[in-house]
Parts: sequence; structure tokens; C-alpha cells
Amino acid sequence: MTRPSPGPIAPRTMLRKIWDSHRVAVRDGGEALLYVDRHYAHEGSFHAFDILKLQGRSVRRPDLTLCIADHYVPTVSRDAADASPEIANMVEQLSENARRENLPLLAMGDAGQGIVHVVGPELGMTQPGLVIVCGDSHTSTHGAFGALAFGIGASEVAHVLATQTIWQAPPKVMRVSVDGTLGAGVTAKDVILSIIASIGADGASGHVLEYAGSAIRSLSMDGRMTVCNMSIEAGGRAGMIAPDDTTINYLRGRPYVPTGADWEAAEADWRSLASDADASFDREARLDAGTIAPSVTWGNSPEDAVPVTASVPDPSSLDDEGASAAMAATLEYMGLEAGTRLVDVPIDRAFIGSCTNARLDDLRAAAEIAKGRRAVVPAVVVPGSTAIKAAAEAEGLDRIFEEAGFEWRHSGCSMCVGINGDTAAAGERVASTTNRNFRGRQGKGSRTHLMGPAMAAAAAVTGRITDVRQLVPAPAGQRD
Amino acid sequence: MDAFTTLTSLAVPLRMANVDTDQLIPARFLKQPRSWGYDTALFHDLRRDEAGVLRDDFVLNAPHWQDARILVADRNFGCGSSREGAVYALFDAGFRCVIAPSFGDIFYSNSTKNGLLPVKLDRDEVSRIWRTAETDPNGLLTVDLERQHVRLGDGLTFGFEIDPFRKHCLLNGLDDIALTLEHEAAIAAHEVTLADAKPWLAK
Ligand code: SF4
Repeated sequence: MTRPSPGPIAPRTMLRKIWDSHRVAVRDGGEALLYVDRHYAHEGSFHAFDILKLQGRSVRRPDLTLCIADHYVPTVSRDAADASPEIANMVEQLSENARRENLPLLAMGDAGQGIVHVVGPELGMTQPGLVIVCGDSHTSTHGAFGALAFGIGASEVAHVLATQTIWQAPPKVMRVSVDGTLGAGVTAKDVILSIIASIGADGASGHVLEYAGSAIRSLSMDGRMTVCNMSIEAGGRAGMIAPDDTTINYLRGRPYVPTGADWEAAEADWRSLASDADASFDREARLDAGTIAPSVTWGNSPEDAVPVTASVPDPSSLDDEGASAAMAATLEYMGLEAGTRLVDVPIDRAFIGSCTNARLDDLRAAAEIAKGRRAVVPAVVVPGSTAIKAAAEAEGLDRIFEEAGFEWRHSGCSMCVGINGDTAAAGERVASTTNRNFRGRQGKGSRTHLMGPAMAAAAAVTGRITDVRQLVPAPAGQRD
Repeated sequence: MDAFTTLTSLAVPLRMANVDTDQLIPARFLKQPRSWGYDTALFHDLRRDEAGVLRDDFVLNAPHWQDARILVADRNFGCGSSREGAVYALFDAGFRCVIAPSFGDIFYSNSTKNGLLPVKLDRDEVSRIWRTAETDPNGLLTVDLERQHVRLGDGLTFGFEIDPFRKHCLLNGLDDIALTLEHEAAIAAHEVTLADAKPWLAK
């Protein structure tokens, strides 16, 4: 063990409380066997099913896994014929695996389908205090509810399917406090991009992040999910926010959330999860909310985030030769000149979607900018789930987007990772609400600039990276 | 999985930080079953220019390194997506060990489950290995898991840490699932307590 186990009165962090209540066994070196309350699977989990088959094993608790088709589904329609045979096969393979193992499935075409990290919370399957895993690194999203949620690889998915448990080394906890008031036009995306820029893409390596402070508290659940979602981009194993009234109000009445006496018990349990006042953290970082600006990335790592008012950095300003050469190579890949103001950088496409930024709050923020304006580059909106799509349509957001020349699609991962065929062409520059600006992430040779949903909509209507604060309000006479 | 005990090999110096799993294997190659082999997908787009021709300036393309089984990279190697295909690609291309100052947590874990040893060394030590590999390209590096050290040709030795159980599994080529099932009674007991405390979770 790396630290002594606390006695009953020792103050504990939220992570420690969840850890203690899920620890089934401990072995030499301190790794703990944690019970897994929820496992979400998607098309990419097929390796794990293959491993099970190869070893002749079956799923221990089929009721605790939910399979959702999201990564490979076409978004132009719900018709497999709109996907290549290889891609359609990936979607079908998930259904086959779910049927064979008798697992609940939300297939393409189901009203409950959507991106796994959007659907779990929406159904109320994601709850405070749970251990949640999925073969996808953005599982950290679910930590917004005060759950311990993290991504795992295929071998570990097979392990979870077969045993309903997972071995984990005790992580350290890093608390990031964001206090103060967020300025106009500053969103949850800007908060997390600023955190990543300040601590680095491996700044939270080996740690679970706990986000705290008044600016975090003031965020809606949609915003909190955006923050926790990108914990992995800071190297964090998971991200967490303590449950409070916002959390409880979000969960009440959702399909998998208890009712009656069970609800009372659940609520009491959830409210007891927050880190104790005098709990100690392995590391602390602070950010003043007032200093956070609408942000955008210039490079190929999420740590390359800067205020939209900044310019492309200059490799010659770096002392380290290797770092300078790496930055020069990044600028070459991105097609950017040092010193160019970011707001002068033209874009070729805008993408509003992904488990980072495709919930109802995000779509509303983007629609507010799109309203009464016109996209001058191809712009696509892909709702985070089929239910969000329906809710947005009930508010008329689809019409706002379509009148502004944005494409309104079906739900899925789409251009976040491009494996369903929705990609940008080589050399194309994308204003994107996603989480990764890696080389080729949105298609071979694609150039991604990460930003929030209103910023991506603003870029779509101006054709260049834009400070969203310059666009609000919409032109007079075009608002209703 | 394959056991890892000791390995002596050329070490490829890859002076790149934040090598993400999308670089290790672009997402479009993830559809194939493992049995097809993942070797040709490794670093697919970094190795090739726009026309698909292998680039001269990417270190792994040099014929000299074709038989190397150790990769030495900069910080945050394997960050990003949880795709185990990144490990399959390295393994199928012959690599058995990656040395870096830090790793993406999920990549690190995936490696240990597939017989690929991830070794964390200080950046100064990594730099030293790079310099040696660049000045003496025929120099061999030895990685000894039992002793938990890396030894350069001149005898210089750097120790590394690894969880004792991960080490045991790697040394003996053991898979987790069967070992975990030895805890079956404890898992079942936890389920009974949980069903009592939070009955709604099983609905
Ligand atoms: S939207 Fe992107 S990040 Fe989220 S689960 Fe899908 S591919 Fe992963």
C-alpha cells in the first residue's frame, strides 16, 4: 500500500470513499480489486468479446452492462445502407455480441441510442458513488455525478465482463479549484481547456482529478460533464465533481433512478459522498475563473489551448531545441505561421458534436449564435443522443440550424473520431467542439481546432476562428 | 500472453512527446480482428507522406532499426484513446518494450496485459539512451524485468519501478481473469451486501 488505510474517523476524499466501498480484495503492491457497478460497451468493445469467446467464458452479470451503438453508426440516416459494408458490420457485430451474451442493447434506430457517455447519464444509469467503466477513455465524463468512472482497454473490458471487477492501483487525487465568476461567453469547455493548458497534457498523470470551487458549482450538469469528459486530456485517470442539488435535480425522475423510499436512501447516500472538509489531497491547483477567456487550440495536443485573442506561438521563442523543432513541425502540419492572430485563421468546416459538447445546453448555445446568420463553410450538428435530438427539435433548434445552413444529423460519435466515415479531407481546417486535436483524428491530414459550441458556430458563420464575444447579440432585425 | 523476462536489442530513439494512440494506430485500422495482425498499421500515417510513400525522415523507416524491439520515446507516450490496438500494433511489429519518462495511464495498463513492458525512466536517463543510440547505432540495450533495470552497452544501469503483481504476470505470461476468479467468494459476498444496500442498482 502506498499509504496507510484510514481509520473510521480519518477524513476522506470522495475518491477514497468510493474506493473503500468497492474494494473486494487487495494484493501485494497495493492494487485493489474494485467491484464495477456499471459497464458500458460499444462497437469497439468487440476485441473483448473475442477474448471471452477464445477463453470460453461468459458474462458474469449481463444486467450490469449496457451496449450502445455510437462509434460507427452513420449520422446521415439510420439506414445501415448509408455505411460501407465494413462499417455496417461493426454496428451489427455489437448487436450479435449483445444477443449472444444476453446484454441490454441500444442499437442504431432505438429511441434511447446515442453516444455512450451521453446516454448513461440521460437514463440515470450513471449515478453518484458508483464505479463505472467503459472501453473508451472519455468514460471520465460520468465523474460529473460524483462517480469513479474511467476508461479501460479491451483486455480489461473482457476482465470486467467475466468477473464484474477490475484491478486498480490506488490513484492519487489532485484537486483543481476554479473560483470566481466566468466572464461573458466563457463556457465549461473554456474552463477545461484552460486547466489542461495550465497543468499540461500529462499534468494529472497517475491522478484522479476532483474539480471544486464556485465556478464549477455554478455549472449545469451538461457543463460539468464537459469538464470531466476532458480529464483524460490532462492525463487524469478520471475526473469527479461532488454531487449537490444540481446533481440531484438532474437525476430525479430518470428511468434508472430509484423512487419512493429507495430515492430517499439514494439521495442521503449521494449527499454523503463529497470529500470531507479536512480531507487532504496529493496535489492542488487553482484557477481564477475571471481570467479564463473563450479558448481555442492551435496545435496537436489539447494542452495547446490559448485565449482566442492570442496569436500562433513562435517556435524560436523556445529555448529547448527539441521542443522548438516539435513546435515547428506542429505548425507545419497545422498550416499555421507563427505570429498570426488566431482570429485571422480561416476555417474549412465546423463540427458541433461529441460526448464533450453535444448536450442540450451545447446545442442551445450554438443555435443562439447561428440564429439569423448563415454558415459560410460546411457545418454539421450531431446531437449527443437521439433523445437530445428530439428535445432540440421540440424547441425548434433544428430549424434554426437548418435555416442557417447547418446540417442537422442523427446522433453518434461522427467526426469526433471519423470511424463512421464522417471525416474532414486532408488539409481541411475544422472548428470542432470535440476533445482531441491529434494529427489525423478527424480524418487523415485533418487539422482540428478545439473550442466550445458557440465558438464553433461563430466560426461557421464567419468562416474563420472568431471571438464569440464579438458576435453577441445577433444582428439587429434578425432576432425574434 | 507472452512472458517477458529479459530482452537485449537495438533501441529506436523516438524523440517525440505526447505520442497519442491515434498516431500509434489511426482509428480506421481498428475494425480488424486481432488475428489479422496489426503490424502494418503501426504509425501508419506518420510513416508515410501524402502519396503513401514511406518518409525518409521517420526514424522507424530506416532499415537499420527493422529488428529493434525496444522503442525509446519522450513524455506522455500512448496518451489519448483507450484503444488496445495501439499495443497490438507495437507488439505485432516486434516491439516488446517501450521506455519513456511517462505514459498514458490506459496505454500503460494495456501494455502490461499484452506482454509489452512499459518502462518509466527519468527524462535525463531517456536522453542518455537516445544519445547513445544516435552516436552508436549498433549499441544494444538490455532490459531485465526480474532485476528491474535497463543496462546500456557501456554498463551504465538505470533502475525502474513496476507493480509487483504486474511484474509477476509479465514474467510468467499470466492472464488476469483466471487469477481474479480465485476471489470469487469475495466478489459474491460483495454482491449480496450491495443488493441489500442499493437494491435499485440491479433493476
Ligand atoms: S464522441 Fe468521440 S470521444 Fe466521445 S465516445 Fe465518441 S469517439 Fe469517443
